[in-house]
Amino acid sequence: MQLEARNISFRYDKGPWIFKEFNLTLKPGEIVGLTGISGRGKTTLCRILAGLENPLEGEVLIDGQPIPKKGYHPVQLVFQHPEKAVNPRWRMNKVLNEGGEVDQELSSLLGIEEQWLTRWPNELSGGELQRFCVLRALGPKTHFLIADEMTTMLDAVTQAQIWHAVLEVAKKRNMGLLIVSHHPKLIERLCDRVVEL
Amino acid sequence: MLEVSDLSISFNQYISGLKQQELNVISSLDVSLNKGEILAVVGASGSGKSLLAHAILGILPSNANMSGSIKYQGEQLTKKRQAKLRGKEIALIPQSVNFLDPLMHVGKQVEASVNRGNPENIRKEIFARLHLDEEVNKMYPHQLSGGMARRVLLATAIASDAELIIADEPTPGLDPTVIEEALKSFRELADNGHTVMFITHDIESALTIADKIAVFYAGTTVEVASTKDFSGKGETLRHPYSKALWRALPQNDFTPIAGSQPYPDELSTGCLYAPRCELSTAECFKIQPVMRELREGMVRCIHAT
Amino acid sequence: MMNTPNVKAESYKQKSTFFNRRQRTIFIIAVASIFLVSVVLGGILIDEERITTSLNSRNLIPSFEHIFGTDWLGRDMFARTIMGLTLSIGVGLLGAIGSVIIALILGMIAATMGNVADNIVSWLIDLFLSVPHLVILILISFMFGGGFKGIVIGLMLTHWPSLARVIRAEVMQVRSAEYVQVSMRMGKSRWWVAAHHIFPHLIPQVLIGFMLLFPHVILHEAAVTFLGLGLSPHEPAIGIILSESMKYLSSGMWWLAFFPGLSLLLVVRSFDTIGSNLRRFIDPSSSNE
Repeated sequence: MQLEARNISFRYDKGPWIFKEFNLTLKPGEIVGLTGISGRGKTTLCRILAGLENPLEGEVLIDGQPIPKKGYHPVQLVFQHPEKAVNPRWRMNKVLNEGGEVDQELSSLLGIEEQWLTRWPNELSGGELQRFCVLRALGPKTHFLIADEMTTMLDAVTQAQIWHAVLEVAKKRNMGLLIVSHHPKLIERLCDRVVEL
Repeated sequence: MLEVSDLSISFNQYISGLKQQELNVISSLDVSLNKGEILAVVGASGSGKSLLAHAILGILPSNANMSGSIKYQGEQLTKKRQAKLRGKEIALIPQSVNFLDPLMHVGKQVEASVNRGNPENIRKEIFARLHLDEEVNKMYPHQLSGGMARRVLLATAIASDAELIIADEPTPGLDPTVIEEALKSFRELADNGHTVMFITHDIESALTIADKIAVFYAGTTVEVASTKDFSGKGETLRHPYSKALWRALPQNDFTPIAGSQPYPDELSTGCLYAPRCELSTAECFKIQPVMRELREGMVRCIHAT
Repeated sequence: MMNTPNVKAESYKQKSTFFNRRQRTIFIIAVASIFLVSVVLGGILIDEERITTSLNSRNLIPSFEHIFGTDWLGRDMFARTIMGLTLSIGVGLLGAIGSVIIALILGMIAATMGNVADNIVSWLIDLFLSVPHLVILILISFMFGGGFKGIVIGLMLTHWPSLARVIRAEVMQVRSAEYVQVSMRMGKSRWWVAAHHIFPHLIPQVLIGFMLLFPHVILHEAAVTFLGLGLSPHEPAIGIILSESMKYLSSGMWWLAFFPGLSLLLVVRSFDTIGSNLRRFIDPSSSNE
């Protein structure tokens, strides 16, 4: 299974093109870094790849086929701010199981504790919430994970903890990862190759 | 300049229905700052960094209880004094753009915070230094991108020319070049006799400018170290958590430690870090160690040498 | 408050030690609700005898027997007031429910059915908000021939705009939230998202909106009826009582308007209190006080 962005272009309304005819291929098991100064549309590109936004031109394909609009999306995205990515009126176990049953092994790998499940989101710190978001995004039907500044708001220990868990799962399931970060050393540490936008 | 000793903050929270519970978010915290110094406060989210800033400024929410003492220039900071000094002698660079007035041009807001000198000239100079275009002057907060908004917040604090500047996570979301520029302006402020408290979760940017680093864990300081202690494999660091934090950086070992920071309602009476600590002994679980001096720094650990 | 170290900063302390804020809030809500329920029950159960004309006891000043006094036909003013209030609350209930339903439907349409729908609804909201409630209410109620039907329809059609605006904003905000986008990528249907993500966010808004609409609706009904454009004189609503009493005020019979007016004020304040206390309860920024 291979994720491919073919000649995609995007702009908001009638504004200037944020990017034009951009191409990217992500193979299973591959870890690619995406860098570039802010305002170049890294976040927009991530949203297009994960199906949250449609490109104005070009297409996003999996194995040469367009991704179906309905059903579980094989490309999942983890955002920078976990507190915005969970419903504040849901307890954590409901948040977690939205995409179906989660992998217990991965849960302990991420350091998620049993008693957190009954808490409300505002009772957990950003680092703890982000672990939930990662676990939720890594459902059994996820083939590609896009991490948009996923650990930018987190301390070094939590950052290392989350990435170790993600790398282990990615390897086991032969998943492709696209990592957006402005942190060159993190990209260097994690990625097989780097794409500049 | 600023001396915080034995500070504790708790919140009244409703647990189920009508029962109220006191939640200790900061416990027996000590930290001090000298004039012209940059102190970086480093720790995970939920370790109480921002609350310390809010306590110093006197802007804690109404369900907070506070004990301990905060002294500014040798005198107790009372509510009245906090209100008087806020924005003039003590300035906050807040985390969120929501602190800006949504109905006012941002240039005006920066100029409004100038306490000394010609507001317009000072604003222009600061804008240039922070790479903010002159057009930004006439923009409203909602028109700013995340990075620009952060720089505007920074500009407001610099413009105030306050003695003590507290920056609450001013860097995330900025480009490396802008971060560098922002950090440089903090250093300049300090070199000109201002005092800066730099709150961040990002050790690396803290290290580039700070003189001292205070490491926070679960609502208390575990170590105060000089910047140069963060080097090599972290041998010169005192507390096991500081060492773990240093080693977890991507350019170092990138090794995590298991477990997570305890939540305020499940704090043990012993050392708060003991459950994750490789050095912990039975004694660690009994009583919380006190802050003690060690090799020109401070540490809260009975095993540190 | 921290003149000496290690002294509790009292300014942050709660003042009341007997009840915490939440207990007090619930207490207030309970008292107001009991008051309203007893008014309504009183209105339903009260003895019809008491408002029959009795020429022996005309124009009596308030006493233990007739605590609100009697009118020019010898009817007990207390009984009339209670029955009038019950009727007004009933009319208010219908009007408020209708308004909330209209607000919900229009708010949802504006937020979910694209730009054209949004523009139309927003224009309608602005239109209704720019003209005083009372004027449109009188027009509509007049158009439907006045009386019970006219006033209820008029109330329904005039009180929805501000709540519709709140609902529209809330739906839009939740719809564009990242957790909803995540939910869609997890393969959840639009209906599932609406039921599990959007709707729970609307419940508190609707509840509070409803409670705060109520006093408005009642007051406006009373005002229109008072002006003679609402309920007909055969229906003893509080507005009718007040307007009839006006004629006798100059002859020194102050109790005819004073007690019914005061009771109306109390009822309206009770609804308002319940609404704002509910809001304090549900609003996350103040719920932990």
